[in-house]
Amino acid sequence: MSDATARGLGGAAHDRPSVWWSRYLFSRDHKTIGLQFLMSSLIWMVIGGALALAIRWQLAWPWTEMPVFGRWMFAADGGQITPQFYNTLFTMHATIMIFFVVIPLLVGAFGNYLIPLMIGARDMAFPTMNMLSYWLMWPGFACMVVALAAGDQGPEAGWTAYPPLSVVYGNAQDWWLVGLVFVGVSSMLGSLNYITTIMQLRAPGMTWFRLPMTVWGLLITAVLQAFALPVLTAALLMQLLDRWAGTSFFVPAGLVIEGQDIATGAGQPLLWQHLFWFYSHPAVYIMILPAMGIVSDLLSCGCRRPLFGYRVMVLSMIAIAGMGFIVWGHHMFVSGMSYLLTVSFMASTMLIALPSGVKTFNWLATLWSARIRWTSWMLFTVGFISMFVIGGLSGIVMAAPPADILIHDTYFIVAHFHYVLFGSSILAAFAAIHFWFPKMFGRLMNETLGKIHFVLTYLFLNGTFFPMHFLGARGFPRRYADPYVVESFRDLLPLNQFITWCALGMGAAQLIFAVNFLGSLLWGRRPERNPWGANTLDWETDNPPPHGNFASCPTVYRWPYQYEISPDGPDHLPQANPELVQSRAQQ
Amino acid sequence: MSWRYPTRNNPGEAMQRLWSLVFLVVPIACSAIYLLAALGVPPLQKFWLPPNYNAGGDSIDRLFVLTHLVAAVVLVLTMGALFWFSWQGSARAQATSTTAHHTMLEIVWTIVPACVLIALAVYQFPSWNENKLLRPQILDKGRAIAQPPLVKVVAKRFGWEFYHAGPDGLLETRDDVFVENLLVLPVGEDVVLQLESRDVLHSFFVPGLRVKQDVVPGLPQFLWFRVEKPVELEMVCAELCGWGHYTMQGRVRFVPRAEYEAGILVQRALPRSGHLAHINPPVTHVALRERRRWPQPTRGVSGNE
Repeated sequence: MSDATARGLGGAAHDRPSVWWSRYLFSRDHKTIGLQFLMSSLIWMVIGGALALAIRWQLAWPWTEMPVFGRWMFAADGGQITPQFYNTLFTMHATIMIFFVVIPLLVGAFGNYLIPLMIGARDMAFPTMNMLSYWLMWPGFACMVVALAAGDQGPEAGWTAYPPLSVVYGNAQDWWLVGLVFVGVSSMLGSLNYITTIMQLRAPGMTWFRLPMTVWGLLITAVLQAFALPVLTAALLMQLLDRWAGTSFFVPAGLVIEGQDIATGAGQPLLWQHLFWFYSHPAVYIMILPAMGIVSDLLSCGCRRPLFGYRVMVLSMIAIAGMGFIVWGHHMFVSGMSYLLTVSFMASTMLIALPSGVKTFNWLATLWSARIRWTSWMLFTVGFISMFVIGGLSGIVMAAPPADILIHDTYFIVAHFHYVLFGSSILAAFAAIHFWFPKMFGRLMNETLGKIHFVLTYLFLNGTFFPMHFLGARGFPRRYADPYVVESFRDLLPLNQFITWCALGMGAAQLIFAVNFLGSLLWGRRPERNPWGANTLDWETDNPPPHGNFASCPTVYRWPYQYEISPDGPDHLPQANPELVQSRAQQ
Repeated sequence: MSWRYPTRNNPGEAMQRLWSLVFLVVPIACSAIYLLAALGVPPLQKFWLPPNYNAGGDSIDRLFVLTHLVAAVVLVLTMGALFWFSWQGSARAQATSTTAHHTMLEIVWTIVPACVLIALAVYQFPSWNENKLLRPQILDKGRAIAQPPLVKVVAKRFGWEFYHAGPDGLLETRDDVFVENLLVLPVGEDVVLQLESRDVLHSFFVPGLRVKQDVVPGLPQFLWFRVEKPVELEMVCAELCGWGHYTMQGRVRFVPRAEYEAGILVQRALPRSGHLAHINPPVTHVALRERRRWPQPTRGVSGNE
């Protein structure tokens, strides 16, 4: 036990804010900051989802008037999406969903809200820096709004922003780059804060192997961010210099585009891809590790039995994070980099499937012999596992470089990462929202609406993303405004229309969630103190917790998975309960 | 009555079990459709790999099918377990075991998948060698050397230029033959292409040949394949190159060697900027210089009638 944990209730003590703006707006309270991240990412999810539907509209009914927005956005073109704007659409859809929705939702919202509560701290280690990490998102938001509003002149190089395209074209690419620099700095501040807080401010008795999996997931994510983000930020600045200052980091010697000599030196387009994926592959794990942590906690609670293989799961996450830094080349199998180097990236990619597989088997073992109660968060949790299996298995198909020759940059890839990012990360986020809603707002979400929302989302999500595997097997390329220009893809139009109908259904299903969220905020039932019978420290305080979180410093006596001790014993034993109970599951 | 988390004294009702069916039906239905597509059952046969004409592509197809088979077995086992455990768990009044660790199990389910993955990794080596590492060789004065490219492919926004080696068999000489957007190649022999870009990244992708190679400005790439029978295939660009990315297509036509050489001769007699008149109908590509122009939908195909 470190000195810090021995000192008792940790966290920088700052006075309870007295003015409304210091309480709700520029608050240093981690709970307010977490809710701010939650609200802004949910709003951005609506925008990113609308962009996705616009993409789907174009793929199902190309060059027809886009409903609702078409008339005022493209009045000159009869409401049609233009090819330029189509590129802006998928660029901004990916950027928004990754940087403004999934990462802020899982890492920003739940990281901020849960870390101090789960480790028994008063607040984060650096509350002011924490506030800064949220408010630095806003210049990023503003930049992306400008980039999106540029319409035809928007960033058109995809979220991967491969040069030379990104260096030469798309006037609003500058806004995109500057926006991401802000987001990156925000995440770096957040990650330093998370690491320090978890290392220093754990309550007495909260040893490393008593940390809930959620905290483990967030800690490892923070380490990933701290190491990977500086590389992306540097690369973004280099691309900005290429655009503004006439450098040639990513522009090869002698490149002449539209009669203009672009190059001032001898750069290398592949350098960007290496730098970008050196961040963006770990970013994949940044988006899934917190979800894995949350799901492990929720699964154990919903199964009313101890989590299977806790230590192995922690080690798996560490292995995923470590190996995550040496697999980035699998995004570049046909990029023109050395094809001998490909072999090592193939090997590391095959290996990184192992810890993910081990985690899945441990979740299944947790379900075995369980006593399951299907709350809506439990449905989303198990939904996560099933979608993660499909997303993981399609990942193995593309991990073999020869198979990747065929499916690289096709809809097979789109299917794969939507299974992992939507099917897994977003379902885990929904599970977490349902689970911690009573903690955050002191009210329960409606179970019936939650279950309808789950079933519809689950069906439509598979209807939307599974057929994309078929498209990919046919070689249907990504990022095509009108794939039916190619004769051999014309017979895929009906399938694309089916996908679009499912996507529209999925969008509509989210309205149920919006109604449930807002309605429960106002009229939800008041929960008991610990409505789900969970063991973690966050349930040791009021719903919602007061400023400073805990009335007195909690002491931790055991790991957080003490469920079903014996047939006659208590159903669960919270971490802060001093009662001594002999148990087979005692860790 | 306030909603409460069901306690142990409230054993699950039978209805609770139905929830576990959701996790069985959906993934199994998806995989079943996939399987029928792979087996070529109409009308699903078009949801699987297109016909392959490249000898080297066979190993890619075999690998694709094999990994899918492995994935299918894992999917059925894990989803089956997920369903069965939740089916049983939904109606329990008490967890039947609180075992939280089993070293032997952890070892087994690490080692077994590791073996499968290593086997897959080893299995795909020959295919990668054949398609990307080992360029075909020819004998030059009794010495095996890498086969020189037959055609230089130059990708540009938004089209393809093809420079055929003339009678001297060498590229970048005065007798090169230039054709745009139609790549005519001989059948029955290894063909090597040299890929270059005029501007941004592109990717040379012919689904029917199982070849894909990004074209990087300043970094020439090589690509090879072998087609045994005359066929005409579509090629597309698979790396985002700007607003007209989707319009950047061409055709690859494989003809007997004699016809190929005749075409080269005819083309050489024409002005240098001309097209292979007798085998190259005018390619219908759009006016690419104008930024706000794109192909209008063909009626009944991509339009909304």
